[in-house]
Amino acid sequence: MSSNNLNLTLKVWKQKNSQDKGQFETYQVKDISDEMSFLEMFDVLNEKLIAEGKEPVTFDHDCREGICGACSMYIDGKPHGPWLANTVCQLHMRAYKDGDTVTVEPWRANAFPVIKDLMVDRSAFDRIIQAGGYISVNTGNAQDANNIPIEKQLADDSFAAAACIGCGACVAACKNSSAMLFLSAKVSHLALLPQGAIERKTRVLNMIAQMDAEGFGACTNTGACEAVCPKEISLTNIARLNQEYLLAGLTAEK
Amino acid sequence: MKWSEFFTSSIGKKFVMSLTGLFLIAFLIVHASINACIFADLPVFDANDNGEIFNKAAHFMGATILIRILEYGLFLFFILHIYQGYLLTVQNKSKRSVGYAVNLGNRGSKWYSRSMALLGTLILLFLILHLGHFWVKARFLHNLAPVTYNGVEMHDMFAEMKMVFAQPWVVIVYVLGCISLAYHLAHGFQSAFRTLGVHNNRYNIILTSLGYGFAIIVPLVFALMPIAMYLGWVA
Amino acid sequence: MLNSKIPSGPLAEKWTEFKGHCKLVNPANKRKLEIIVVGTGLAGASAASSLGELGYKVKAFCFQDSPRRAHSIAAQGGINAAKNYQNDGDSVFRLFYDTIKGGDYRAREANVHRLAEVSGNIIDQCVAAGVPFAREYGGLLSNRSFGGTQVQRTFYAAGQTGQQLLIGAYQSLERQVALGNVDMYARHEMLDIVIIDGKARGIIARNLVTGKLERHFGHAILLCTGGYGNVFYLSTNAMGSNVTAAWKAHLKGAYFGNPCFTQIHPTCIPVSGDHQSKLTLMSESLRNDGRIWVPKKQNDNRRPNEIPEEERDYYLERRYPAFGNLVPRDVASRAAKERCDAGYGVGSSKQAVYLDYADAIHRYGKGEVNKRNLHNVSEEEVVKLGKEVVKEKYGNLFDMYEKITGENPYEVPMRIYPAVHYTMGGLWVDYELMTTVVGLYCLGEANFSDHGANRLGASALMQGLADGYFVIPYTMGNYLADDIMTKAIPTDHPAFVEAEKAVADRINRLMNIKGKQTVESMHKRLGKIMWEKCGMARNEAGLKEAIVEIQALKKEFWRDIRIPGSIEEMNPELDKANRVADFIELGELMCLDALNRRESCGGHFREESQTEEGEAKRNDEEFSYVAAWQYAGEHQWQLHKEALNFEVAKPTQRSYK
Repeated sequence: MSSNNLNLTLKVWKQKNSQDKGQFETYQVKDISDEMSFLEMFDVLNEKLIAEGKEPVTFDHDCREGICGACSMYIDGKPHGPWLANTVCQLHMRAYKDGDTVTVEPWRANAFPVIKDLMVDRSAFDRIIQAGGYISVNTGNAQDANNIPIEKQLADDSFAAAACIGCGACVAACKNSSAMLFLSAKVSHLALLPQGAIERKTRVLNMIAQMDAEGFGACTNTGACEAVCPKEISLTNIARLNQEYLLAGLTAEK
Repeated sequence: MKWSEFFTSSIGKKFVMSLTGLFLIAFLIVHASINACIFADLPVFDANDNGEIFNKAAHFMGATILIRILEYGLFLFFILHIYQGYLLTVQNKSKRSVGYAVNLGNRGSKWYSRSMALLGTLILLFLILHLGHFWVKARFLHNLAPVTYNGVEMHDMFAEMKMVFAQPWVVIVYVLGCISLAYHLAHGFQSAFRTLGVHNNRYNIILTSLGYGFAIIVPLVFALMPIAMYLGWVA
Repeated sequence: MLNSKIPSGPLAEKWTEFKGHCKLVNPANKRKLEIIVVGTGLAGASAASSLGELGYKVKAFCFQDSPRRAHSIAAQGGINAAKNYQNDGDSVFRLFYDTIKGGDYRAREANVHRLAEVSGNIIDQCVAAGVPFAREYGGLLSNRSFGGTQVQRTFYAAGQTGQQLLIGAYQSLERQVALGNVDMYARHEMLDIVIIDGKARGIIARNLVTGKLERHFGHAILLCTGGYGNVFYLSTNAMGSNVTAAWKAHLKGAYFGNPCFTQIHPTCIPVSGDHQSKLTLMSESLRNDGRIWVPKKQNDNRRPNEIPEEERDYYLERRYPAFGNLVPRDVASRAAKERCDAGYGVGSSKQAVYLDYADAIHRYGKGEVNKRNLHNVSEEEVVKLGKEVVKEKYGNLFDMYEKITGENPYEVPMRIYPAVHYTMGGLWVDYELMTTVVGLYCLGEANFSDHGANRLGASALMQGLADGYFVIPYTMGNYLADDIMTKAIPTDHPAFVEAEKAVADRINRLMNIKGKQTVESMHKRLGKIMWEKCGMARNEAGLKEAIVEIQALKKEFWRDIRIPGSIEEMNPELDKANRVADFIELGELMCLDALNRRESCGGHFREESQTEEGEAKRNDEEFSYVAAWQYAGEHQWQLHKEALNFEVAKPTQRSYK
């Protein structure tokens, strides 16, 4: 049964723009229903702030059903908050009790500069994809879809990797700010399919070079990324990425 | 792709860590096996051994040309592992200039996997002390007491150990060093294989168990030495 | 006069005929031609990448931080294609016919047939680009069935088909960005179309990070900006989905086609309170196995598991024995509303019905017992096995339900209620997807063309990709072939200056209202009017009231909203105000269109036009046309009619009984 009696203290990162130093602001929200989503609680806060003539809190969000990957809050030390295999937009207020204090920070990584408050710039991910996260096939070139049979297990594994929503929680959680889980998900998605095998060498070499150029760190296999991933992308993908890189690097002709 | 690029990319640096780490793991096996020779003196084996097997083994290691060459390799790998480890740590840290107010903690990761540099530093400090205790004396100062077996004169390393491990603080430092090594290995062993691209789950399960086993047994063998000497289990 | 430019000749040969005779642009000239693509969902990303591959200079815009976040990503169920891989009698004609019939005979035959023709190519293209569709053990593609059809032609990737297709198109797009053929402008919102000498030649876009206005020239402009379901405030659309780009085009002369055609999806998670910001869809595929029911007694407050079988009303199975729980979306939605309005609704709000998996769990459990050759199995064991099967098929949907409601759908029936999901209406386009503004095209959900008055499940993804991958690359050349001598127009041209000034003035006006009410609260009020009076059931009196209320709301909006912050910075409240202002104007037009269409068809249900059993009653005599509305000044529109000629699929009354 629902209740409308959560009163919370929020410590929220406020930063005017990328140049600003930023600081925490403390807000109180009252009479929050436990049926609200975490972002709806922020809607309530923002409505209140606007009514009081104050600046609302800026944050990325769009689909609010856990698939677009826009929402990105680091809540009480956890990317996407306390629930497992979950995005912020799917986190609901029944996870909290009356009187709780909640600290909300943006993703922290130099490769993800803060745009404003809790909103960060994740265009580095797009540039990593540009470096090779695709199969080079122009429209109209394709043969009949069933001419390429693919072992079901491979197709399923490829799909599991392709489920990545590009939210960046892996980077936010990683002590090295590494984007290896994101990158390995894409490399695995494509390398597991026969269609993607043709470009597998150049793909992995170029994508890693781009990741390094963007200022992400190196992976040390701690496993924090896997644990916070809303789509439960497996750490195994990173090992597969390492293998792809090793083989590509050792066999490159030039 | 140039070799320099290959080894200096984010994954390449990890390959260096992984390969040097695996070499050092191999070294640990040899080192622990030779050390274990002191237990030949335990009453269940031969109470009159008095370190003879151990001293012979140590002499063999010091007097064999191939092993002496390998020793240079070992040093090179030690230095590479240490240098690259620190470099990675510093570089990785620099990727997040503004930190979090609340830290992620243990979700998904173990404290020791996040503290490899700290554990490595403790091991390094221990290593310096350890080299000073034995290796420098045996290799450069040659001031160890001699002992002769079957007409061959060699250092009585066993006696030296007994002397060194008579001091309680040394024993404690050695045990702490072994504990650091245990945690370092608990992450490092399986991580090295992941870095080399082992992604088959069946193998990963084996390697993970093997890693934990190695991380417990090898440091335990090392730690038992000073303890055994100090408590007089071996004469 | 509206010219739909449908090629002559037999229906099945029109597209081939067109492709065979349309004008072409040679590769050297393509390099000199610039194309602007607004929106990077399935239609936009596929169009931008395909045009980039052809050699055009493309600029693509999206308001999200990355093209990968467009709302196409949220589509769950699948994508239709007439591949007939299942050998169950599918064909291009069947897909065409099902789509026309499902759309209640309010779509253009030629467009729909083309859609069916290229559907197979889409699957080929996606597989080649690495989309990991579900497969059988033999390695070939798997299919499932969807509402309103009798064949299995839906390709899928678990419950994330839209995501996988969008990522595929996004990757192709990023490849063109890397090759320098496409310039990507993320976090940019189009705020006006620039028209020079009667042709669309550019856009004014706002950089949402800096707040600065930018001018961009293009020889042609493509709007691929999705649907406008958010006019209802609560819908399954993303928070940012909006009508602004299409609306600006409308104000600049593009006619709006069938604006009142809205799809209300029957299986969504019900509203839980006033705080609700959006609704979440539960895939139509759930109706394959779930049974929908309400108690036979009004205002029954017992828990669902306490209500015995004989006191449950499986109203879809009762009313539509032939299709049962798999009737098309509009029919299922109206039936749920009818039960709730009559007082049989469930849950604390009484605005919900049950979607029950107990039967399916039992059936699958029994199946497993047989398959595994088990004997003396207890009832509990059967249920346990059944739950495992259901989990494998629908696990991600059940998890999503549990996260939102806190209830376990394996134990308690899900509560569902219809919600706004898709808009069949959109900018009017001809056969070549050009709007009534020369050089301005509209693709995907943003146009009106393919779904008539009701869209069948798994057809939206098909249309978006058909338009982007396989239609626009041909029709674009047909237009630009005459434009090869046109040099890029510098953006200091007076038309650009004027358009930018108009946009800047409007933004200044919004910022300077400095009233009391928030944009969000106004949007909620608009949504309430729309849902109550232009929602699942509409009548003349209600629509007339709605128009008056919306006009008043518009005045209030422009008098009393408060937008914090400033213009030249990241200011989501300002972005929202810009969008809601357009939604308000659109809302009025939707009511006007609904008022004009005095018949029921597909998702448009006029209470005055129903059969004795309460089913939708079409009026082909008077309303077999596309209503294309021309903007003629504030609160003024002129109606143009494009008559619909059905040469092949002769209209009949839809029956699912």
